[in-house]
Amino acid sequence: MNKIKTPYLLLLPGMGFIFVFFLLPIVNLANTSTQTPIGGGDTGENEQTWRFANYLDAFIENREQFGRSFLYASIATVLALLIAYPLAYAIAFKGGKYKNFMLVLVIAPFFTSFLLRTIAWKQILGEQGFVVQPLRSLGVIAESTTLTSSAFAVVMGMTYNFLPFMTLPLYASIDRIDPRTLEASGDLYANGLTTFRKVTLPLSMPGVVAGTLLTFIPAAGDYVNATILGSPQTKMLGNVIESRYFRIVDYPTAAALSFTLMATILVLVTIYVRKAGTEELV
Amino acid sequence: MSDVASSARGDLKLSQITKSYGDFIAVDDLSLSIPEGSFFALLGPSGCGKTTTLRMIAGLEEPSNGSISLGTTDITHTKPYQRPINTVFQNYALFPHLTIFENIAFGLRRRGIKEVDEAVNKALNLVELPHLAQRKPTQLSGGQQQRIALARAIVNRPALLLLDEPLGALDLKLRRQMQIELKWIQKEVGITFVHVTHDQEEAMTMADTIAVMNEGRIEQMGSPADLYDNPETAFVANFLGQSNLIKGTISGSDGDSQIVDLFGQKISLQKSRSHGVDNSIYAGIRPEKFRISRLETATSGNLLTGGKVEDVSYIGVSTQYQVLMPWGQELMVFEQNDDGVAPFSVGESVNISWEPIFTFGLRGDEDAEAGTEVNPDEDLAEE
Repeated sequence: MNKIKTPYLLLLPGMGFIFVFFLLPIVNLANTSTQTPIGGGDTGENEQTWRFANYLDAFIENREQFGRSFLYASIATVLALLIAYPLAYAIAFKGGKYKNFMLVLVIAPFFTSFLLRTIAWKQILGEQGFVVQPLRSLGVIAESTTLTSSAFAVVMGMTYNFLPFMTLPLYASIDRIDPRTLEASGDLYANGLTTFRKVTLPLSMPGVVAGTLLTFIPAAGDYVNATILGSPQTKMLGNVIESRYFRIVDYPTAAALSFTLMATILVLVTIYVRKAGTEELV
Repeated sequence: MSDVASSARGDLKLSQITKSYGDFIAVDDLSLSIPEGSFFALLGPSGCGKTTTLRMIAGLEEPSNGSISLGTTDITHTKPYQRPINTVFQNYALFPHLTIFENIAFGLRRRGIKEVDEAVNKALNLVELPHLAQRKPTQLSGGQQQRIALARAIVNRPALLLLDEPLGALDLKLRRQMQIELKWIQKEVGITFVHVTHDQEEAMTMADTIAVMNEGRIEQMGSPADLYDNPETAFVANFLGQSNLIKGTISGSDGDSQIVDLFGQKISLQKSRSHGVDNSIYAGIRPEKFRISRLETATSGNLLTGGKVEDVSYIGVSTQYQVLMPWGQELMVFEQNDDGVAPFSVGESVNISWEPIFTFGLRGDEDAEAGTEVNPDEDLAEE
């Protein structure tokens, strides 16, 4: 009898934590999202009126930022995938005894704060940085063009900041591929490119899916990169939510936006995972 | 794929192949020719270079020196996918993301063949697993995976099929069954099979020709019977079955035979089976060729007297004796339990005799222990 109870007892602390710090806030958030300000009350004082039109209003008012969030997150995810795949592949197959050291290098940026790293990008891309001048003298960008406060900088910052989240699952997936299956593919008349398309890529799909999710989801809700590296023209949904909460103190709109963002991500992710068909992968 | 290499057919020829990794020489100046349609085995202990040789034939490794040709086509530097050669890998290396059907169709599809159904089903029938077409490799047992790996290679009708320890992961009973089946399939399809193994019994059961490899070189090549009855080196004598090697000197000649003096006792050795370079020689006799007797009535054959039974093991089909000879060497004797004679007991004085035709002679300067330390059932994960 005791043995049967033990797993449930072990679950208790985790369940309790999730209940208090996830479930209750979510319910509270949902509750807030349909409230309206109390007439004559202080800022931030709302009452429940079940006004579901909050969602529509919030969406219409911020649809630009909404689209931008998903656009930037998508671009950053694709860029991160393109950078991380060869990197993870090289570590897994060519890393040899330096594998672990290289993995430490991948997560090394985590030893510094997220904010500091993003501010560092501002320096790198800024007027005093070493990127702008060479690009200008080479004629890649016009003399008047700046790199900071631009969509380019925001996407670069996101790509950089989320790169380890892409690299690690990819590495875990690629590292599990038996190199002999790649040899077998070559043995069975597939050249290097075909082997990649037909064997390596399908076998690393769990990593691709996990990596893109771990990059895309936080990137879509991110506001730090847009705040530090962007301009008013590059504001993302995260920025709107942040300002609604902390500056304008418009809790219902912020809550409605949060839910819309969450739901949209959930739908996109479900479609994506279905399409990628990873359920049947080992 | 219309290049010359992919359509090459004929005998496989390795000429002075060397493969070195830094200072380590895995394969050392190896030359051999494998006739089209034969079942050829590369046999040797771990690290003897047999897998490296196989990988060079497959194109997975490039020789440091020498050349490989198939028929009249030089394939030394062609890529694996350009060679009409397929491999059954040691761990099968099936594609885990594809069904069994697609695993087998893989090679056909890569060569642009659209209609694969008939060929794939034929291959599945050949290995007697047509009902597994839609499964994934992980849902199959080891023995089934092994057959699928074979079907995946054979379906391409290669000029050459390479088998890298294909039965190593199977249990003994299944291994014996697959040995017979593989041999049957080879006859059926008529493709040249090159089989790498460290299991001498497996090599002898299946192959027409065996090359025994040791330290990157071929020690001896021949039919299983040739290698067993007439080994040319101590390594071959010990690696293929067991041998009694007795030190002696050639003291004379008698027609087709040499007279060999073994610690004062004279025996006869056929010249065609004598591989010594001077008068110093090891006389070799397989344990089951010995006859053990109480009387000195030995017949026309070779006779050694003065033995004493040191140990007796009854193992059903035969009884194994350790017989201590006057010069201090213990000889192994396997007696069939077919004569109704009560076994000899420890301490009994006995003589040993055998037919002279069963004696083979090895160079006297060889290491009589070469090839004995290797336990063929150890280290399956080789090289």
